[in-house]
Amino acid sequence: MDKFIRLSAVAAPLPMSNIDTDMIIPQQFLKTIKRTGLGLGKHAFTNIRYHDDGTERADFVLNQPAYRAAEILVTGENFGCGSSREHAPWALKDFGIKCIIAPSFADIFYGNCFKNGLLPIILPQDTIDLLMDDAGRGANAIITVDLEKQEISGPDGGVVSFEIDPYRRHCLLNGLDDIGLTLQKKDVIKDYEAKTRLSQPWLFKD
Amino acid sequence: MQRTLYDKLWDSHIVEQQEDGNCLIYIDRQIIHEVTSPQAFEGLANAGRSLAQPAAMLAVPDHNVPTGPDRATAINAEDSQIQLDTLEKNCETFGVDYIPMMDVRQGIVHIVGPEQGFTLPGMTIVCGDSHTSTHGAFGALAFGIGTSEVEHVMATQTLILKRQKNMRIDVDGTLGQGVSAKDIALAIIGEIGTAGGTGHVIEFTGSAIRSLSMEGRMTLCNMSIEAGARSGIIAPDQVTFDYVMGRPQSPKGAGFEQAVSYWKTLPTDDGATYDKEIFLKAEDIIPQVTWGTSPQDVLPITGSVPSANGDAGIERALDYMGLEPGQKLQDVKIDRVFVGSCTNGRIEDVRAVADVVKGRKVADHVTAWVVPGSGLVKAQAEDEGLDQILIDAGFDWREPGCSMCLAMNADKLGPQERCASTSNRNFEGRQGPKGRTHLMSPAMAAAAAITGHLTDVREL
Repeated sequence: MDKFIRLSAVAAPLPMSNIDTDMIIPQQFLKTIKRTGLGLGKHAFTNIRYHDDGTERADFVLNQPAYRAAEILVTGENFGCGSSREHAPWALKDFGIKCIIAPSFADIFYGNCFKNGLLPIILPQDTIDLLMDDAGRGANAIITVDLEKQEISGPDGGVVSFEIDPYRRHCLLNGLDDIGLTLQKKDVIKDYEAKTRLSQPWLFKD
Repeated sequence: MQRTLYDKLWDSHIVEQQEDGNCLIYIDRQIIHEVTSPQAFEGLANAGRSLAQPAAMLAVPDHNVPTGPDRATAINAEDSQIQLDTLEKNCETFGVDYIPMMDVRQGIVHIVGPEQGFTLPGMTIVCGDSHTSTHGAFGALAFGIGTSEVEHVMATQTLILKRQKNMRIDVDGTLGQGVSAKDIALAIIGEIGTAGGTGHVIEFTGSAIRSLSMEGRMTLCNMSIEAGARSGIIAPDQVTFDYVMGRPQSPKGAGFEQAVSYWKTLPTDDGATYDKEIFLKAEDIIPQVTWGTSPQDVLPITGSVPSANGDAGIERALDYMGLEPGQKLQDVKIDRVFVGSCTNGRIEDVRAVADVVKGRKVADHVTAWVVPGSGLVKAQAEDEGLDQILIDAGFDWREPGCSMCLAMNADKLGPQERCASTSNRNFEGRQGPKGRTHLMSPAMAAAAAITGHLTDVREL
């Protein structure tokens, strides 16, 4: 997995609440059997990004010249609600987004981000409002996100800190594959299974 | 220390507790389908890993399957067919129990698991699908996961998780005539919003919940995710045990008795506390319909389309849905009816529709479908003669699958087509690009099919 340590990038403001994963990547783009090389980025936000004839909507923030290379998204509450599709973070990542800052996230999407080297940051609404203003300044809106220090610095030098689960932070900073980490605990898992086979034998079919 | 149902499910599955509060949690069962599993199998193969417990998995294709009458020979879209073929091939390679499309047991993952006794009380159950919360109806801790977590479970039979908060939603009293589990679910979402349950596991309690059948309980738990909660759970009781007994994969004989005595220890202890509690009266709930593009945009059928009052979100939703503020919901004309999905594709749902439409006709301008949730639901409905009632009324009686709930197959709404739907999401484009979805119960969808507009089934 890609590491996330520190990022200085353009932040795009997307001040909508309840952006669901169907909106991030609609169902017609889920018919893939691959994880990489999907080109999902060009389909991210399809329904609000393109007209019916496939041309870009000028009113969608990521179509505007200042934000085409945005790597940070500042958005509204309950981002990523609905479907569990991991295609949502895959599509955002393929577009180039590496960090999403919102007042709240839906649980499944939030967890899926960490598995793909994307950093979701939760901040209070009033801090989001300030960052949304910063992000509104176009290509000058360079925001720096430092995961090591757990700090965000705005274009005017203002600094806010954020909370994050230490294990998830550790995995992101080091780009760790947590399947590999869990497999190191094989013996503990086997012990659990042996114990449960005795107390709840119906759970095991073999 | 008194514990909730969730506390007990959580505690009994801790393999290891880390200092930072994260836990390695054992996963008893994983169900897979063709859309969110191929990348997980690929990851497993690329890393040279094998399945930790192949017997703990069950695979069934549902999202992409055709639901027309000629499904054996139907020409499926190439990309859909590749996903279906890949699932079959992966199951063969990795030794996973696979139910093929033409098997009578095939259906939507969340309907098949319970039918087969693969879903049992006290378990942890996952699937790469957010509506895995359905299985919580059995007193199992069941939740949707992303594909990376699917792979993690495949390789290790565990997940790394943090304990969530306990939330209780109590619905006491007796539901009125024409009011069902779907109306309870929508009323709750209207009350707490689509983020109301975020970070929580919701336990549904109260006499109205107790008196629901397993089908109704599954409908309610299914929609927990629409209230933001990854899991919704209901304590197992005699209704649960009666449903589970005799299923192909449920324990038999003395094993069943042993299991039941364990399952009886699961309900929340008297005096256990919750982080959040919500109380509703069953008598206050009347049939619900959604008017907007989020499940929380919901009102009683007696209501009117709200005004935006400057709220950009509501303005956008009204524009998308083609509705005017102040318009009576019952005046909203529909084009399509969809009865089905993991929310409302069970036998009780088909019965509810047949009950309403018996001896009546679908309005001329309406195309109405019933898509049973599984081959077994279809067979049972046909045994009961329900298919004929539906066909006589003008419904299309189809083959099992996810169908028009998410439009990954040929079944979808056209642009601006308006649908009375028993599914779970009314997001923009969910049932087809620019399609307009109104969520409601099967009985309400049946009533709309007959009159051609949103209708209070109690007055039909």
